[in-house]
Amino acid sequence: MNATAAKKVYSGDASVPLANISIGMKVVMAVTGASFILFIIGHLMGNMQIFIGQEQFNAYAAFLQGLGELLWIERVLIFTFFAIHIFYGIKLYFENSGARGVSYKKFNPSQTTYTARTMIWSGLALLAFVVFHIAHFTAHVVYPEYAHLEDALGRHDAYTMVVVGFQHAWVSILYIISMGFLAFHLSHALPSLFQTIGLIHPNLRNKERVIGRLFALIIFLGYVSIPVAIMAGIVRLPKGGM
Amino acid sequence: MNLTLYVWRQKDANDKGRMEKYAAKDINEHMSFLEMLDVVNEDLAQQGIEPIAFDHDCREGICGTCSLVVNGRPHGHETGTTVCQLHMRHFKDGDSIYIEPWRAKAFPVVRDLIVDRSAFDRIMQAGGFVSVNTGSAQDANSIPISKEAADTAMDAAACIGCGACVAACPNASAMLFVSAKISQLASLPQGQAERERRARGMIAQMDAEGFGNCTNFYECEAACPKEIPVKFIAKMNREYMRALAKGK
Ligand code: FES
Repeated sequence: MNATAAKKVYSGDASVPLANISIGMKVVMAVTGASFILFIIGHLMGNMQIFIGQEQFNAYAAFLQGLGELLWIERVLIFTFFAIHIFYGIKLYFENSGARGVSYKKFNPSQTTYTARTMIWSGLALLAFVVFHIAHFTAHVVYPEYAHLEDALGRHDAYTMVVVGFQHAWVSILYIISMGFLAFHLSHALPSLFQTIGLIHPNLRNKERVIGRLFALIIFLGYVSIPVAIMAGIVRLPKGGM
Repeated sequence: MNLTLYVWRQKDANDKGRMEKYAAKDINEHMSFLEMLDVVNEDLAQQGIEPIAFDHDCREGICGTCSLVVNGRPHGHETGTTVCQLHMRHFKDGDSIYIEPWRAKAFPVVRDLIVDRSAFDRIMQAGGFVSVNTGSAQDANSIPISKEAADTAMDAAACIGCGACVAACPNASAMLFVSAKISQLASLPQGQAERERRARGMIAQMDAEGFGNCTNFYECEAACPKEIPVKFIAKMNREYMRALAKGK
């Protein structure tokens, strides 16, 4: 760039589409991200019912299936948001890594956390996990033999499917590692989201990072408790089942 | 004290540039960092070496002209300090010091440690002003402004526009600077008339200049010699969404 070349100066009437504006992209990341956080909380609350037992868990699964169109609307929405989040995440990553130009010989940042710097990588790892997770428990591509189990009431036996699924050590280990990536991603995502939409209460300023980490830890422990309980034999197959 | 300097040397905008090693001898600990460079430059001139070019003006921490990245931190490691106010007593005899220019695609190097910060001027031209004719100074208190609004505007106005936020940001984002300017004027009654236009214009210009996007690392806040907080970035984002919502 020539330093002295006259550059166009925008005035407020310049209509640049929201999605091409830095702050627009940030807001898009924040809003789509917020929907995943809600999903993650809801999904966890659903999953935790496995601790109550087969009856409750299968009833819950049947309830979800019974939603019919609503379930599909939710799926399409979350999938669309997911695609948007990934697209802009990658676009921002390339824009940002190109903005420095010549790099420093010595650069000594003091605030940047490891989790914040690796959002793109934890994000891509999560993408891989989500593909596997859906293939496993929703599309039944992995272990298809457990897809059509039925319980005593003739419902889809989701309980047995999950328990058997996590009894495979590799599935559980992969799941636990993925939840680690989720926790990494969330610990930066949560405070970042509130900063971006400008909703951090002054009293919570400077505490937002700790809150983010705490939230990530709770979600991690919640999700991981299920494979751990199954591997430890605390949650097990019903007598006579399978 | 005696120091070893590693300094970025670059003849002009087209030169590739490289780090050069120089000795800084007999440095007094009461000198400022720039005075230390003056001493080194005299020494270099005597050896027939071209002195190191660096930006400076007030040398008292108020103009925002000085702009050196010292050991990987803009304005050095002391918090709330411009490099002209950084004193040599914060270094030890025998230290090695890396000195580099602000690094950002939007701040091209002009020579050695001097960068072209006219991108900031263009951002200001895109809306960082109040264009109503205000006449001569008002009587005090004739326009009621709440203490809170006055404090916010004052905190934002502390920005001296040096660009350390850009230099510190791993994404070379200018959002702390732009948010301070937008927040300052948005907090005051005089800034209301052009509030939405200003936010849109300055943000569009910031993007067009090629600065990166904030990913909430908060390096800017730590590097800012005036300790401008990142809450202003949150405020800028809100200002932008407000402008969109109002369709202006
Ligand atoms: S020279 Fe004016 S702020 Fe440093």
